[in-house]
Amino acid sequence: MQRHLISAADLTRDDAVLILDTAEEMARVADRPIKKLPTLRGRTVVNLFFEDSTRTRISFEAAEKRLSADVINFTAKGSSVSKGESLKDTAQTLEAMGVDAVVIRHGASGAPYRLANSGWIDAAVINAGDGTHQHPTQALLDAFTMRRRLVGRDAGIGQDLTGKRITIVGDVLHSRVARSNVDLLHTLGAEVTLVAPPTLVPVGVENWPCEVSYDLDAVLPKSDAVMMLRVQRERMNAAFFPTEREYSRRYGLDGERMAKTPEHAIVMHPGPMVRGMEITAEVADSERCTVVEQVANGVSIRMAVLYLLLGGNEPAVSHARTTEEK
Amino acid sequence: MDKQEKFDQQEKSAQRGKPDAAVQASDARPVLEGPDIARVLTRIAHEIVERAKGADDVVLLGIPTRGVFLAQRLAAKLEKITDRKMPVGSLDITMYRDDLRMHPPRALARTEIPGDGIDGRLVILVDDVLFSGRTIRAALDALNDIGRPRAVQLAVLVDRGHRELPIRADYVGKNLPTSLRETVKVLLAEEDGRDTVLLGAKPTS
Amino acid sequence: MSKILIRGAKVLGGEPQDVLIDGETIVATARQGEIDWSGAGLSAEGAEVVEAAGKVLLPGLVDLHTHLREPGREDSETVLTGTRAAAGGGYTAVFAMANTFPVADTAGVVEQVYRLGQEHGYCDVQPIGAVTVGLEGKKLAELGAMHESAAGVTVFSDDGKCVDDAVIMRRALEYVKAFGGVVAQHAQEPRLTEGAQMNEGVVSAELGLGGWPAVAEESIIARDVLLAEHVGSRVHICHLSTAGSVEIVRWAKSRGIDVTAEVTPHHLLLTDELVRSYNPVYKVNPPLRTERDVLALREALADGTIDIVATDHAPHPHEDKDCEWAAAAMGMVGLETALSVVQETMVDTGLLTWAGVADRMSFKPARIGRAAGHGRPVSAGEPANLTLVDTEYRGLVDPAGFASRSRNTPYEGRELPGRVTHTWLRGKATLVDGKLT
Repeated sequence: MQRHLISAADLTRDDAVLILDTAEEMARVADRPIKKLPTLRGRTVVNLFFEDSTRTRISFEAAEKRLSADVINFTAKGSSVSKGESLKDTAQTLEAMGVDAVVIRHGASGAPYRLANSGWIDAAVINAGDGTHQHPTQALLDAFTMRRRLVGRDAGIGQDLTGKRITIVGDVLHSRVARSNVDLLHTLGAEVTLVAPPTLVPVGVENWPCEVSYDLDAVLPKSDAVMMLRVQRERMNAAFFPTEREYSRRYGLDGERMAKTPEHAIVMHPGPMVRGMEITAEVADSERCTVVEQVANGVSIRMAVLYLLLGGNEPAVSHARTTEEK
Repeated sequence: MDKQEKFDQQEKSAQRGKPDAAVQASDARPVLEGPDIARVLTRIAHEIVERAKGADDVVLLGIPTRGVFLAQRLAAKLEKITDRKMPVGSLDITMYRDDLRMHPPRALARTEIPGDGIDGRLVILVDDVLFSGRTIRAALDALNDIGRPRAVQLAVLVDRGHRELPIRADYVGKNLPTSLRETVKVLLAEEDGRDTVLLGAKPTS
Repeated sequence: MSKILIRGAKVLGGEPQDVLIDGETIVATARQGEIDWSGAGLSAEGAEVVEAAGKVLLPGLVDLHTHLREPGREDSETVLTGTRAAAGGGYTAVFAMANTFPVADTAGVVEQVYRLGQEHGYCDVQPIGAVTVGLEGKKLAELGAMHESAAGVTVFSDDGKCVDDAVIMRRALEYVKAFGGVVAQHAQEPRLTEGAQMNEGVVSAELGLGGWPAVAEESIIARDVLLAEHVGSRVHICHLSTAGSVEIVRWAKSRGIDVTAEVTPHHLLLTDELVRSYNPVYKVNPPLRTERDVLALREALADGTIDIVATDHAPHPHEDKDCEWAAAAMGMVGLETALSVVQETMVDTGLLTWAGVADRMSFKPARIGRAAGHGRPVSAGEPANLTLVDTEYRGLVDPAGFASRSRNTPYEGRELPGRVTHTWLRGKATLVDGKLT
């Protein structure tokens, strides 16, 4: 693995499987009376959030604390793009405090990449979502959820998602979740189809390792997992689609549509859901919807990433399991 | 890190990458063969029954990778002797190691605690080789986060000496005096296709 | 002022010649060694001799698109530092864009900039006047007053912003006809480029940076050439950057529309693949495009569809580039590397001769901007505005050596050919052996 986790595209298949396998072991810690490991004792991790995201921040924070890292939360809301210097200054301030890793969420695409590659700091950088670019831990937790549900918790160990058909529906244009998932799922051997109104698909998508369709009903019967992306209401005002009603009718997932998927198919959502827009309450609350699982899996995945990046003297090597030394 | 550490680390990663190659390449000689291993495990099983007074509250926890297979073999033998189901599991100690910072992070192995847990029970840790004692120290820390056993004992196939911590085994398959320039390698059918314990010279790089 | 004898230079890349300068003027040129100066009624006696064997002598370069930043942003560039950079790059005249603080939309501001250029004496500074008051695109600035001022403005541009209102653009095109002016359009449809950060295409889709579609440039160019045709005026297109723009200009020229176009050195060399580094040194307006566009631009410059190379020299202080992409300023410095990039992309590739370079970087820009005394042939009787280039040189670009106050070059550490060794502005050396005087 590389020293930083900036993009899902940076992960090899073996890296990704190692992270998923490690997360599977981390998940078991949650079942124990003492949900804590001493692994990152004495390491300091800062959660540097330039954008509001309570969910992602507490997920990282839980992961960091379960691994016994010292955690600093730094929320710099509203000081991102207008004062560009602040990213560098803030990062260097934190570096001076002896931080080992920076988990960064930023509204500007590429900010984590800059932080990792500009020579401003030495700490490892973990991207917790940047602009409309990437959100690699989200993609990893999604893949983890899929592998558990579609391959099996134990049967999945060491396995990827070869041959699984994943459909991602919604605002692909503005979605870092979609970008990360397309990269990672492709690396893991899955077949990805994006479904969206043409206005919400980026120019240049033809080079992505996936299919694009404008017809949700045609794709559903061939989907092992359907991932619904959040559609922000303000997109309507920017003329990406005419009305909320029309969007829901063409691209929303309701019970009737869900019935068109194979019986084993799952419905995923990165949250927060806009019920009634991209997903109906009936679907969101159904057995097949994995939203709550995804949240739990998020902590395991983030523990795995933190351990593999920070647990040793250098990032993990992604070949087979180790034998023990005495 | 200094040069020596780097050297040690390379050596260890070499071992990690290809478990047998290093040992086999350096004129390793067998010190225990398949039948010997079976015999000493049987002996240890009897010792456990004797010392644990029937072994009715024993939980066997193997330390991955090979300790787990040894624990399973011991459990089978104990079940034969006591005619009772013997709880057996595994305890991965990776995240409790004291040398984490000296290596890249390792892939984790499974920790599997039998259904009734370990609280109030006699936990017997099972490992293939007892050397510095650091693995066992880590295992004791790991156990601490999982529950509170009545007592903890240790069973090992080989004790090769050179302890760095005040730890001793309760059940030993074979005491094997070694020098620090030697390696001890346990091969088990489940993982390696055959049962044997090899003593060899440390490979020089 | 004394005499200078430039010996054995390849004038416009041709046969070696001797060139004799007396005072501000070229007094004679001749095949090397073939002329007896005294026989021509001239004396090279006492002339300072510049050995120029193997080097190429060009007319002083003219840049129709420079940002000198003064007044207002003297932290990034001043007229002095900018004209020193220009002299270092072989330029003898630069046209200074109007987007200063205050905006160059009145006679007072353009005169101030003009005078600063004259005082420093490194390079003639010809101010460009704003088309609309405050570059706001709403109300025409006093174009006539700027023309009649001491600065004698003939080129008008809201560069940095597009004159997107079709009626305002039409009026400006019509109005400047009265005094032979030209409107230089920054072609960027504003609605199509809201939040745009880089070329829209494969790379932007991957990087998640707001896309800047080619059509935002092309649609404005198409509109403006049709407007120019309709009102019978001439129009100049700033920094053409797409293959589609080239097609439109080619079509317009074939129809006889009076349109001229420029390309920047960076659009001749760099592509949007570089943005993958998220390094804002590659952030520029218009954005770096694809390889296909780069090749189309080179071809168009070679065949004359694109008339000139202009630098769009856009200095920015370090902190405006040492940040995340979205927060960074757009623009690159270019005066000191322009000729090298043109040599790399056009001459060394066989697309353009040195005579062609003289045409695209001196003759034509001077003609479009009506810069008197610049862009003249290297022959007797002409003003001695000259540039001597060591075309055999190859070296790494080191921004530490720049005369510009800013260092935001995309070429740092890149090997480029060619080095300007001497520049003369009306017979006065501004650059000698690569050192500013």
